[in-house]
Parts: sequence; C-alpha cells; structure tokens
Amino acid sequence: MSDIAIKVENLSKAYQLGDFSTGTLSRDLERWWALMRGKEDPFLKIGEANDRAVKGISDVVWSLKDISFDIEQGDAVGVIGRNGAGKSTLLKILSRVTTPTVGSVKVKGRIASLLEVGTGFHPDLTGRENIFLNGAILGMRKTEIKKHFDAIVDFAGVERYIDTPVKRYSSGMYVRLAFAVAAHLESEILIVDEVLAVGDVEFQKKCLGKMNDVSKGEGRTVLFVSHNMGMISQLCNKGILLKNGNIISYNQTQEVVARYLADNNDSSLNTFVFPADQKKTVGQFLNFEIVNAEGAVADKISFDDSIRLNYRLQVKQYIPGIQIGIGLQDKLQNRISTFTKEINVGNGDIIEGSIKLPDSIIAPNNYNFVIAIWNKNGEVYDIHENIGSVTIVDNGTDLSLYEGKDYGAVILKAIWE
Amino acid sequence: MEKNKQDQEWDLEIKPHDTVFNLHLQDVWNYRDLLWLLVRRDFVSFYKQTVLGPLWFFIQPIFTTLIYTFVFSNLAKLSTNSTPPALFYMSGTVAWAYFQDCLTKTSTVFRDNSNIFGKVYFPRLIMPLSIIFSNLVKFGVQLLVFVLLLIYYYFKGFNVGLNSYILLFPVVVMVMAVLGLGLGLIVTGLTTKYRDLAFLITFGMQLFMYATPVVYPLSSVPAKYQTIIALNPMSGLIETFRYGFTGTGHFYSGAFTYSIIASVVIFIIGLVVFNKVEKSFVDTI
Repeated sequence: MSDIAIKVENLSKAYQLGDFSTGTLSRDLERWWALMRGKEDPFLKIGEANDRAVKGISDVVWSLKDISFDIEQGDAVGVIGRNGAGKSTLLKILSRVTTPTVGSVKVKGRIASLLEVGTGFHPDLTGRENIFLNGAILGMRKTEIKKHFDAIVDFAGVERYIDTPVKRYSSGMYVRLAFAVAAHLESEILIVDEVLAVGDVEFQKKCLGKMNDVSKGEGRTVLFVSHNMGMISQLCNKGILLKNGNIISYNQTQEVVARYLADNNDSSLNTFVFPADQKKTVGQFLNFEIVNAEGAVADKISFDDSIRLNYRLQVKQYIPGIQIGIGLQDKLQNRISTFTKEINVGNGDIIEGSIKLPDSIIAPNNYNFVIAIWNKNGEVYDIHENIGSVTIVDNGTDLSLYEGKDYGAVILKAIWE
Repeated sequence: MEKNKQDQEWDLEIKPHDTVFNLHLQDVWNYRDLLWLLVRRDFVSFYKQTVLGPLWFFIQPIFTTLIYTFVFSNLAKLSTNSTPPALFYMSGTVAWAYFQDCLTKTSTVFRDNSNIFGKVYFPRLIMPLSIIFSNLVKFGVQLLVFVLLLIYYYFKGFNVGLNSYILLFPVVVMVMAVLGLGLGLIVTGLTTKYRDLAFLITFGMQLFMYATPVVYPLSSVPAKYQTIIALNPMSGLIETFRYGFTGTGHFYSGAFTYSIIASVVIFIIGLVVFNKVEKSFVDTI
C-alpha cells in the first residue's frame, strides 16, 4: 500500500514583485536578448529567500524553492505554514492554475481542486443550472452530475430553492450549494484550500465529515490547507510544514503541528526579568517564564501538552504565612484558576521553583497570568498582573470546529453515559 | 491491480514548459460538456431579467440596418449595385457582427475570466470556443431576420439572386469564426501583458469594418484599391456571403482562397500565443 499519488520534484516558483505595466516591454526585450545569447534570465536570481519582512535585492521572489516530496495514495495531508510560506502557491501549481518555474509534479489519478467555493457560479442562473455549470467547471461530465444531483441538493439542503437564481440565495445557502457540488466530485485526489472558513459551524462540521469520509472511507488522497490546527489534526494523518518556500517538516500530523508551534514561538513574550526594587521590602519576583513540556520558553502550547511556569523570587524579610500565588486568567481577565504555595525560608533567601499545569484540560484559547507574593491576611507584597501570553492550540479536540468561539475555558473529561 | 506497473505511469505531469504545439485537444474534448453549458449560460443569462428577452437578438441587426440604410444610402448615396439597400446592408452587418463579436469577446477572455482561471483548471481554450458557439446562436437568430427580409423582398418582386454559391455559406461562417477566434486569441494573449492593446481593439474594429466591403460592394471600389481591400481576409468572406444570398457583386475565387489560408494561419498563430500565455497569465494579470 505505498502507491504514490503525487510526486513533486525540485519544484520552484518565482513571482515578480512590483509594477508590471511600466517598462515591461523594454525589460522583455532585454530578457529576450539575454536568452538569445544563451545567457540566463537577468531578472531571475535564484537563492533569495521569500521573507515578507525583509526587503529583497531583486524584485523576483521565490515563493517555493526547490521542494520535493511524495504523497501516498489515501493519505490526507495537511499543508501548514504562516502567511506567505508558499501554501497557496503549492496548491495552485498542483491544481494547474499556474505553472512552476522549475521542477515538475507527477500525478496519478484525477485531481479536483477547491481553491474557492462556487467558482463560476452565475448569479442569474438557478441553483439547478449552477450545479451543472459548476460541476462541469470542476471537471465532471454531465452524466456524473446527473447521477449525484439528488445527493448534492440533499447535502446542500436547498431543495426548495433549486429553481431560484442563486443571487437570491443567502450567502450561507450559496456556500453550501457550492461545497456540495465539489464534495461529490469523483476524483482520486482532492485539494482543498481554506474554503471551510466560510459557512456556519453546522455546515463546516458536515463538510469536515464529508472530507473525512473521502479520505478515510473512500481511500482518496486529500490535500488540505488550513490555519486551524485542530481541523488539520482531525482530518489529516500527515502534515507538511512550509516556511519561506521551503519544506521544514513532512511527517505525522502531530509532530508537524508541534514543530509549527515551536517555530512560531515568540519566547520574548514569556520570559521576564524583574529588576530589584527597594520599595518591595518583604519579597519580590526576580524571574518568571512560561515553558512547554520540552522546557523551552513558549507562547503556543498544544492542548495535549502541559505548561510549566518557572519562577525565581527573593524573600527579603520573612513574614509568617507568606505565600506565592499564581492565577490563570482568560483573555478577558476572568480568573480561571488560582494556585498558592506557602513559602518557608529565611531572610534574603532566593528560591526557585516551578508549577506544572496539567495537559488536556485548559481549552484552546489565549491566556495570561497574575503572579503575586502575599500573605494569608490579604496583604500583597509584589504583584504582576496580566503577564505572559499563552495560546493553547487545538490539535484535534472535538471542539476544534468552534475555534475562537466561547465554549468555556476548560475541557473536562466528562463521560457520556 | 497492476500496482507495480502503474508506478511508472503518471496520468498527469505538471512541468514549467511544454511544447507550444501541444494543445491538449484531448483535454478539450473531455471538457466538451462544459463547452455546451457555457454556451447555455451565455444564452440564458443574456435575456434573464430583460423585458424583451431574446427579442434583443433581433433588434440589434434591424436598427443597425436602418441606420446604415439612412446614412450610407440616403445621405451618402453609396451604391449597393442593384440590391435593395436594406437587404444589402443587412447581409453585411449580420455577417460582420458575427465576426466582430467573435473577435472582441475572445480578445478579453483572459481579463474577463481571470477570476475563474485563477481558481480552477480546465482547458482554457474552452472559454473562447464557448464564445464562438454562443455567438453562433446569436448569428443564427440574426440570419433568420435576414432571411425574412429576403423573403419579403422576393414577394415584392425583387429578383433574389440566390445561387449555388450559397453552398459556401457554412464554409464562410466557419472561416469567419476561425479568423475572429485567431485574432481574438492573439489579442487576448498580448493584452495580459500590454493592456493598452485593448483600447486598440475598440476603435480598431471600426477601421477594420470600413476596410472591409460591409457598407459598400467591392466592385464599387476603384480598381487600384481593390487589391488592397482584398488583402483583408474578411473581404473575400463578406463578398462571398453576400453573393451567395443576393447575387450582388462577384465571387472572387482568389480572394476567397486567400481568406481561408490567411484565416487558418492567423488561427494557428493565435493558438500558439494563447497556449503560451495561458500557463502563467494568472501571475501577471
């Protein structure tokens, strides 16, 4: 079972930046003249990284640089990476919308690509007419569409409006119909860009279910791009991580997602050094940091990874009942949980310690902390509010579809009976 | 399952460059259903939410003919040989309109469809082909108006000179389509990069029409200019079309053969240009 469905070899794609319209003719002539003399294109400089933030030397960027990989039949592969990493370019090349500059892609089987839902929908045509038109644009034969027609209408749930022009549809209905057509393509390979971002959650769930059927049930190959790590984790068994046009990692989804998070960590957010403060006479924090399970300072942590908070503090003057308190709070500063620990040391002692928050309980969302030194009577000696920033990243919970929605701050392991 | 054997066989290979003569005609054939659906779309969407609906197809040639008759025949007193002016002008406008539509609509095919082309693959040639066929429908309707006018004049006693050259009619239409498509493909290929060519088309078509015997018979042109006018591949076509239906003018076999050859050559150039541009135009448009 290791038939290769897609074989990508040394694929590169260059884009020209800036203004096309001025000086193109003279540039074309210059280029032509260079090529005529057997020299290389003077406007393509290989080897410059595509980093948005850095101003390049030439106005040609390499959106993809010399990437090679194989995708096996039946695999569901998630393509992840930051904006501008080359994800869309890769999908565009695979869907034959544009051609590579260098390299080749070999494909076995029919490719259906869904870079956008409803491509070619004509507002004046009815739902029925658009199903046929859209289906044909996506590469279906008329007989195939006829065969699936009822299933498409049923999936989209627009039976009542099927003979109404689609311009009278609500945007939700429009998207549902469009996805329904694409979902019924009979292709061996399905390429899906972030189209699921549109539509309501109910429908997204349906689409995801359908895609799951496609990849797991029917053994078709799926390539899926999304920024929703939860969806990627649920749907895909493999992941490709792109960065500046290069493949950073191609592995099992969980590992690639973890790598992506690690790569995107901004450690400066979560390392704190507090200068000595004479006014804090009882005690004060010296350091505080938030680290992931590997011990690296992190601001993005997977749902199923534990979080460790490291602190270092000095007790200047021991007072009975002195405590360290740490509060976990959500992005609206609602307290979710508080942890306290009594300190029992002599004057001037520096203590280091850490606290581990358990994995798989804090719901995917953004959090920060309050740290304080206080005593049982409520006297506060040192406090830092809203410090740190931790994003718990969904890597495949049942609630991943609802990313960003308010479904609570913790996911308890409740049992349905 | 012959898995091991299949390992070596790929259904599709995506490469940076392909020979320009690989037109993927097999692909075009596979997408033939799309062609008909697009033709249908153009037709249906044309008259949806209009008061007169398909009647618009009739209105255009009728009014053009009326205006031409008034301007060129009544005011400018141009000769139409012995043919009733209305019949003469309508034969010219109907045929010319088909050619013009084919050319102008295909000449913007990349720009008009950049949205679809940027999102999904299908053989790009399907789009211009669908334009040719949609216009054929329109042409058919307008031809009907022309034929009705012909019948009207026949009953009024005009000697309709319908002759055997009418058998060339399908060839004339085909060559017009090929020529319009060819020129359109060249223009659309170039406009992806040099957008100003689109402006050229708008007024260029006007000049082109007057360089073609649409509102005058070729025979009325002074002899020394006749050769120049005949260099225009459309001249032989329009003349043949008119001669076949009304018997006006002559059948210039040389001009007609020349038209066919020139059209085919232009068409091939158009295909090659289109084929070269279609691969990466998404990046430049």
